[in-house]
Amino acid sequence: MACTHAIASGMGGMRTAGDLVARLEMTEGMKINEAKKYVAGKLGVSVTELADPVVMTEIREDLGIGLISPLPNKAGGIEAKFRIAELLGIEINCVKCFGERVGTRL
Amino acid sequence: MERTLSRLGDGSVIQLTESELRCDLEEGTKDAATAGKVDPLTEDELDHLFDIYSSPVRVTGVEPGREIVLSYDSPTLKVRRVGIDSGRIHALQMYEKLLGADTQELSHVDYSFKPVKPIVTYEQPILEQALLVTTIPLFYGAMPNLGTYTRPDGPVANPAELLPMGKIREARASHEETVEHAIKDMVFVASALYESGADGINFDTTGAAGDPDFLAALRACEILKQKYPQMCIELGMAGEFVLGMHGELAYDGMRLAGLYPHEQVKLAAKAGVTIFGPVVNTNTSKSCPWNISRAITLMKACGEVSEIPIHVNMGMGVGGIPVTDHPQIDAVSKASRAMVELVRLDGL
Repeated sequence: MACTHAIASGMGGMRTAGDLVARLEMTEGMKINEAKKYVAGKLGVSVTELADPVVMTEIREDLGIGLISPLPNKAGGIEAKFRIAELLGIEINCVKCFGERVGTRL
Repeated sequence: MERTLSRLGDGSVIQLTESELRCDLEEGTKDAATAGKVDPLTEDELDHLFDIYSSPVRVTGVEPGREIVLSYDSPTLKVRRVGIDSGRIHALQMYEKLLGADTQELSHVDYSFKPVKPIVTYEQPILEQALLVTTIPLFYGAMPNLGTYTRPDGPVANPAELLPMGKIREARASHEETVEHAIKDMVFVASALYESGADGINFDTTGAAGDPDFLAALRACEILKQKYPQMCIELGMAGEFVLGMHGELAYDGMRLAGLYPHEQVKLAAKAGVTIFGPVVNTNTSKSCPWNISRAITLMKACGEVSEIPIHVNMGMGVGGIPVTDHPQIDAVSKASRAMVELVRLDGL
């Protein structure tokens, strides 16, 4: 069922910008259209391109915000989330906790 | 007369003529409008549903640009449930990399807050490790599940045993006691996992034990948002209206028993919920077109008044999806597309 919803109406998560749009809903309480416009503005793409995996893979690689197929020396996991927080101008809880635990002031 | 392949709410195959399909769509919306005291769907909306449900395609979807985000309940449990003995972090990576998830959720196999409380220090390291290797937002989720606080599973006298004895006042007192126990556990567990770095907390199947269950989640949410103003709380409901197991519990002056999604969401917003997950239950004796028409009618009313994002629940048996472990692709994709195209929602 998860696959079917993802194919029928999902943005596609890390294949595209779905996770980024979801973060704006979660951290700022934005409704989806507002969240999409915000993310599209930060990435310099159109709202339609947010769900295009070809466009978004290139952008994600350039910005270091995590890829479906990880590449050597490219940010992934918590590293990518640091960059996502900075790019979108939002606080990500695990990024804050990680910084506190390693003793880095963010 | 041409017949369209369709399904009942239990997933079994039926065939509908065009007039039967149209009749089911009309009857479904009327049923919802009567039950929820909301407006029925317009003729244009019914025509749109007719187009989707009369199509013979196996898979359908929204137009590019109309995509929404998906949130999940207990994906780690679902991988294990099909017999794949993977670790939970691997299950999360499967959802993130292979299934197009926009968010995901770590959970314990005994998916309630009460059993998680004594082992929360075992959950925290798993969450912390998962957060290091995943990129998409990661919730921690569990159910309020107030039934676990009554005997024989918990310390409180069982209202279901008291009521047949005519002990209504005692049964209500039991319900109120379960609320206090549940709030403590929910706040304790959610606090621990949030301090470990969770991107959000999911209260799943809220209201499963009726109005006490809903009240416990709302009050826990209030406490958590005062403690952690930045915490994302997703509150997903169990049913389309709140069962009056107690009958007289209220939140912010509003009695909880009998509330429908468009009323529930307002209280959720007041309590500080970030994302609300409304539910409409599937009727297994009616067709999928009847069910989706009914579901969209109630969800549309919810979306129109909601000031917070709503993620309509469309898992097994809710939101027009058949009540079967493995719903058919045509049933799910048609319902998914119909819901997204006709409701002012922010996710599923």
